[in-house]
Amino acid sequence: MKIVVCIKQVPDTTEVKLDPKTNTLIRDGVPSIINPDDKAGIEAALTLKEQLGGTVTVVCMGPPQADVALREALAMGCDDAILMSDRAFGGSDTYATAHVIAAGLKTLDYDLIITGRQAIDGDTAQVGPQIAEQLGIPQVSYAAEVKTTEDGAVVVKRQFEDRYQLLKVKTPCLVTALSELAQPRYMTVSGIVNAYNKEVKVLTFEDVKNNLNPDFIGLKGSPTNVKQSFTKQVKGAGTVINVSADEAVKTIMDKLIEKHII
Amino acid sequence: MSKDIYVIAEQRDGVLAKVGKELIGEATKLAADLGEKVVAVVLGSEIKEEAAKLYAYGADEVVVIDNPVLKSYTTEPYAKALTELIAKCEPNIVLFGATSIGRDLAPRVAGRVHTGLTADCTGLAIDEETKLLLMTRPAFGGNIMATIVCKDYRPQMATVRPGVMKALEKDASKTGEVKVLDVALSAADMNVEILEEVKETKKAVDITEAKILVSGGRGIGSAKGFDMLRECAAELGGEVASSRSCVDAGWIESDRQVGQTGKTVRPELYIACGISGAIQHVAGMENSEFVVSINKNDTAAIFSVSDLGVVGDVNVIIPKLTEALKKYNEEKNN
Repeated sequence: MKIVVCIKQVPDTTEVKLDPKTNTLIRDGVPSIINPDDKAGIEAALTLKEQLGGTVTVVCMGPPQADVALREALAMGCDDAILMSDRAFGGSDTYATAHVIAAGLKTLDYDLIITGRQAIDGDTAQVGPQIAEQLGIPQVSYAAEVKTTEDGAVVVKRQFEDRYQLLKVKTPCLVTALSELAQPRYMTVSGIVNAYNKEVKVLTFEDVKNNLNPDFIGLKGSPTNVKQSFTKQVKGAGTVINVSADEAVKTIMDKLIEKHII
Repeated sequence: MSKDIYVIAEQRDGVLAKVGKELIGEATKLAADLGEKVVAVVLGSEIKEEAAKLYAYGADEVVVIDNPVLKSYTTEPYAKALTELIAKCEPNIVLFGATSIGRDLAPRVAGRVHTGLTADCTGLAIDEETKLLLMTRPAFGGNIMATIVCKDYRPQMATVRPGVMKALEKDASKTGEVKVLDVALSAADMNVEILEEVKETKKAVDITEAKILVSGGRGIGSAKGFDMLRECAAELGGEVASSRSCVDAGWIESDRQVGQTGKTVRPELYIACGISGAIQHVAGMENSEFVVSINKNDTAAIFSVSDLGVVGDVNVIIPKLTEALKKYNEEKNN
């Protein structure tokens, strides 16, 4: 089975902090990681490869620094890595990103494409389905389990808030992985050595321009634009009391009665 | 010309989801600013009667696309039906709930009609000058808010986080005819086969529905701490909720988690017990009407979003509060 996993390099948002003076995001020194859902996707792909044979190719759109994320994927055991990187791709919203990535995927031969459900920096969950739409293939998002059948189809446990569906889908298709899909393996030492001996293939605008519409990529080709970004206005603080437990309880009770909550 | 606000009101097992009613409530405000109508759209099978209820929640018009193929949600028939609806009706705005269905369907449809889509919005407004839809959403785990616009393409599309917008009070006097939109759909449109669909009943409660939440963080010390919170919640007629750290520690089920990666709640009362108030948690509870927080650390961030902050040991204060509530309830009942 030929599997392609699309990954994104993201800042580790659990480490992101706000500058108390300027109220802006401190990004200096924040480590970059492979987006967790995507990493689960890599693991699922490697597991399928171990069962069925085949190849796992990992694709990432991003700046040149995203090379590190692809090397990590190679060190986990992926066979090939492709970095889609060009200034022309910068500023893309989800539609434009999907348009670029789909153009890259069209240069590959694949049975199954796996993306993470969503990235922890943007949290949109839109790029996976939009790639599938651009490629005209079925999608199954929110995958908690992925198996294959003897006739070469894929069976996905598709998770909802209150239920799950077991869906059978023919290949080629795209699946978006929940982080619980698989627990990612660690890189091995020999894997790391190999990863730096391998080539990360770079695809620029020139390489994929025949597979896309140049008016539909980058900042200009994005249907949505950020009008404004700001740090959240926090609710004004109320009273803070530092008294004995009994007094505190009395204050709480008085407030709850006053507010007609009890 | 593109006109009107279309709310895709989700149903499961033939029952309308709450988020659709919330979106209709919000859409009525936007519609007033635009001088346009609110059209509720329900996709399903034999869904007309249920869909008619949406008039009582503020819809000016209710449209159904009714077909056996739409009984259970799958991407392609739903996407095909909505693409056709958009082509026929040319909506100005289309809103979806940011559920596991909405977030699967909306990007597929936005991709097909080639328009912009903003994910998981927590604020919607109309720009006074341009009349564009201002879609505000959190990013970077809630650290940053961004307002997104879609200038050149229609419809303007957004998925909206459940629990953030407010449904209107049900007005049973409002009724209307349900319009049926015919879309040619057949089993051939299914590109996936549903082998099994299993409802998971383990979640007995939905914390987004609770009027009162007593929520525990790392400061309660252990899984046992939740027993203490449950007793308190029982006296208040509320439910127990949690911060992420307790879920990660295995002290409580994940469906109780409030925050960026959990649920967004807006109860009348939120009691934060031993919760430090990380921005990811605050993102899920800041719209609560009244917030009481109890924390040992007098500089805890949670105090900055609390109406009443109590510096102290939650493991001492909560049992005393439970006692006081018990006494109060007994007196009230006599």
